[in-house]
Amino acid sequence: MFDFDIVTSWFNGLLTGFMPQWAATLIECVVIGVIVLLVYALLALFYILYERKLCAWFQCRLGPMRVGRWGVLQVFADMFKILIKELICLKGTDKFLFKLAPYIVITSSVTMLACLPWGKGLQIIDYNIGIFFILAVSSVGILGILLAGWSSNNKYTLIGAMRSGAQMVSYELSLGLAMITIVCLAGTMNITEIVAEQDKAWFLFRGHIPAIIAFVIYLIAATAETNRGPFDLPEAEHELTAGYHTEYSGIHFGFFYLAEYLNLFIVSGIASLMFLGGWMPLHIPGLDGFNNVMNFIPGPVWFLAKAFFISYVIIWFKWTFPRIRIDQMLSFEWKYLMPIALANLVLMACFVAFGWHF
Amino acid sequence: MSDIKNIIGKICPEAQFTDGDILEVTVPDMVWHPLAEALRNTKGLEFDLLSAVVGMDWKENFGVVYYLTSTVRNWDMLTVKVIAADREDPMIHSVSDIWGVANFQEREVFDFFGIKFINHPDMRRFFLRNDWVGYPLRKDYDASPELNPIRLDDEINEDDTCAYIEQPDGSIVKEDRKVFGPDEYVINVGPQHPSTHGVMRFRCALDGEIINKVDIVSGYIHRGIEKLCESLGYPQTLHFTDRMDYMSAHMNRHCLCMCVEKALGIEVPKRAQVIRTMMDELMRISSHLLSFGCAAMDLGATTAFFYGFREREQVLDIFEKTCGARMSMNYNVIGGVVADLHPDFRKDVKALIEIMPERLKEYHKVFTGNIIAQNRMKGVGILPKENAISYAITGPSGRGSNFSCDCRKKHPYAVYDEVDFDEVLLDGCDSFSRYMVRMKEIEQSCRILEQLVDRIPEGEIRAQVPKLIKLPVGHWYQQVEASRGTFGVYIESDGGKTPYRMHFQSPCFNLVGAVDQCTRGLMIADLITVEAILDFVIPDIDR
Amino acid sequence: MVMKEPKIKSMSRSDFKDNEYIDQLVEELNATGANVMVGMFDDLINWGRANSLWPFCFGTSCCAIEFMCLGAARYDMARFGFEVARNSPRQADFIMVQGTIVHRMAPVLRRLYEQLAEPKYVIAAGSCAVSGGPFKNSYCVLPGVDKILPVDVYMPGCPPRPEAMFYGLMQLQRKIKVQKFFGGANRKEKREDFFREHPEERGLI
Repeated sequence: MFDFDIVTSWFNGLLTGFMPQWAATLIECVVIGVIVLLVYALLALFYILYERKLCAWFQCRLGPMRVGRWGVLQVFADMFKILIKELICLKGTDKFLFKLAPYIVITSSVTMLACLPWGKGLQIIDYNIGIFFILAVSSVGILGILLAGWSSNNKYTLIGAMRSGAQMVSYELSLGLAMITIVCLAGTMNITEIVAEQDKAWFLFRGHIPAIIAFVIYLIAATAETNRGPFDLPEAEHELTAGYHTEYSGIHFGFFYLAEYLNLFIVSGIASLMFLGGWMPLHIPGLDGFNNVMNFIPGPVWFLAKAFFISYVIIWFKWTFPRIRIDQMLSFEWKYLMPIALANLVLMACFVAFGWHF
Repeated sequence: MSDIKNIIGKICPEAQFTDGDILEVTVPDMVWHPLAEALRNTKGLEFDLLSAVVGMDWKENFGVVYYLTSTVRNWDMLTVKVIAADREDPMIHSVSDIWGVANFQEREVFDFFGIKFINHPDMRRFFLRNDWVGYPLRKDYDASPELNPIRLDDEINEDDTCAYIEQPDGSIVKEDRKVFGPDEYVINVGPQHPSTHGVMRFRCALDGEIINKVDIVSGYIHRGIEKLCESLGYPQTLHFTDRMDYMSAHMNRHCLCMCVEKALGIEVPKRAQVIRTMMDELMRISSHLLSFGCAAMDLGATTAFFYGFREREQVLDIFEKTCGARMSMNYNVIGGVVADLHPDFRKDVKALIEIMPERLKEYHKVFTGNIIAQNRMKGVGILPKENAISYAITGPSGRGSNFSCDCRKKHPYAVYDEVDFDEVLLDGCDSFSRYMVRMKEIEQSCRILEQLVDRIPEGEIRAQVPKLIKLPVGHWYQQVEASRGTFGVYIESDGGKTPYRMHFQSPCFNLVGAVDQCTRGLMIADLITVEAILDFVIPDIDR
Repeated sequence: MVMKEPKIKSMSRSDFKDNEYIDQLVEELNATGANVMVGMFDDLINWGRANSLWPFCFGTSCCAIEFMCLGAARYDMARFGFEVARNSPRQADFIMVQGTIVHRMAPVLRRLYEQLAEPKYVIAAGSCAVSGGPFKNSYCVLPGVDKILPVDVYMPGCPPRPEAMFYGLMQLQRKIKVQKFFGGANRKEKREDFFREHPEERGLI
């Protein structure tokens, strides 16, 4: 596999060759920041189109068709429009919090995006507690949603925010437990090492029974974490008009919209890193010829393909399943999902202790 | 009939009887409430279903005409005319404690005629703004726009209501009441809300997510059709029926045509009868498909909505070929139908019947079988049979509570007595049963179509009717089974070319009356489920 | 820079009926003139706005059902990018009034219009919204929503067919394409014009 460390070290060497270390670091930070934001925006736009096209196909329709070939420019039209829409700030709202909320949501999701490795050496920071950091940052996003709901001074948004709080706090547990199951198998929280461990075979296959259970739990909890159907209660369109962002217009609404789609990518990305080997190609032990061919496909392509596939599944849920009710959702989590996740963790610990995995 | 006369005569010696199609009893207001109680409870009468309440202004006095039906005694009907004593300040005793449906019906009468109902718990206007001046259906109503201009300010005093309570000494005291207490958390669902299927407004008092009480504010699409009809000739009034419950356009219009035909004594040719029946059933399929799609969408399963609409388009194509329009078909006319069938009609209907069973299976796969959908619908919005009868919930919603109320079986009209079909009855009394009744009714409609499609007789499509239609003096009531329940038309004529009073008894009006009852103690999401599956059409409520 | 005739994909100019109105708008714009750079930005923004019209459906009766058909598979308004129907007026671009507006509804409709974020447009769909339709003579029906809102496109029909709705929406797109975002004739001015004509309305908001 091509190691991106070579590129980044070369760039660092180039800069430090003619300027002091601090200036080089500063420039690197700026470049990385710009790249992250750019990738963020492009990915979000891609995801919006991806979902619109997919749901159109589920529903025997065509989806956007008129701008650009196959409607690929549709999202750019939306972006231009939403950028120039009026920003409404209402009387009686908590103006500071009202304006702050979308930025909290988007910051949290940008930070999470920055933690994902896209290929070997193609990452910003290689934390030794990477998984833990991602979990911690993802909880910050809830704050934004709660604030948005509260500061709008609207009963619908308040109900949406409360639902969102209850939902995210609950499902974070299962999400964490499913991830810990894999951490238990991998023996590390460092994302690079987790991926490297999957060189021989992906964790989904290596850990077989407990890993598959963890994968299913993760998918369900991730769907809930991203507020997508059937868990889209915080913005349940047919109950709360638009949920917590009812009162937001223009680009403030755009931030929520972007963050929603990017969170979908992030949870799919994490799933691909933890269960499907991230940027690691598909390796089948014993078939060396096949493995060599797979190695020619670059890491980022693998990573994106896996993430898009998982997103596809989550989008499929959204457009097919009816919305779950709040009490059903909570009892599902606390009565079924979390106990199963806990038991699964014990199971995985046994598997690891007795070496029953591959 | 004479038994009933005897029993009523014993209870209430003041009663005057008029024989006719339906026995009519005229009583003064003084004796009305005890008589109503007796009619509801006495063995041999048992009129447990209040089919229609029609407010009347007979120029010298006001009154209300009640149409009662006995569900236990072979769907026997009775008319009670109650006459208010005083024209200046008309008052009639409320029967909302006896029949639940009377609650909203009496508010409607109050709104139109200003007849105050004694002991009614909530005497607010139903359709018009709180600050409306005058009572529009009174014959001496002043319609000048200066009195009621287009007001762009919000309505005030939404929480204020009053009741006229009869004291033990016989005097009437006005009592001010509040709809919601000062510390209740009230949210507005509507009038512009994605899942109210129109412009109904539900004010819900919440405790967290749990609904304590729902207050229904209607009239956001009240167009005053009944008043408009009074200034139009009979053929001209027909088009309004298509625009009330636009999902039962054919049935509603069929009903009005039948009522006028009954009054004129016109015999409709057989071919027209068969065509009308087939159109009614096609309309029912289209309506139930829409209902399925919208219910699925309101519960969050967006894709199922598109599948329902896919087949609905096929039905609309059949309408378009024959009637010339996708909606608001204006197809039935007095004496028959307006145009002959399109040559493709038979072929198209056969194609539809052929695909429907498969498509229904697909719907069940996509939506009904889903565990989330079942959890959302089962046990939600319980409406026991007694309540369904008391609130006059007819149609698929009533049949989901095991209330056998199909007009096509009870008072067969058109050619329904010649075709073989089952009345779908389920006893779950919850949203799921109502939903399943609809899905099964699609099958039954296909069955009716299948029997008729090759048996359309040749002949005239329209009977000879006079150029200028004038009804004799009198009044008539006709019911049909529309997609959402029993639709009734009441016509009172003074012999002129326009109706003296025309009343439409819409099924959705009763459905909305049961919402509060069904949703107490449930959650906001359940309110959406109950609404979606009761499936009312708001313009039909407001008219 | 000279403003050109707005184009709609796969619809030729001769397929549209009221070209004179659009021509007049183009002329008005050209009369004031614009800088080339600004003009290009205007084109870009108008392209975005015209192709990303998110409806706020104000369906009161039959026309709303036809609008549902417009979204359903056969007609599929998603092709034009109209499918993101927002239920919150803050996020929508135009309000589509479908159905009769009665006295009780008028203040609600007016308030919802005020809640839309600029730039906003109004479409009156169906004869009831256009003029009151068959209920014009009723005691509590508004004879057309243009009594309380500035309407951009009228769609006659009872209810208008989905094809007619597409035609109306394309007319709205054409209208948007000849607007100026930077300086010049913007929507806000039109609103001011409306209030100049109806001064009594101003105090009510």
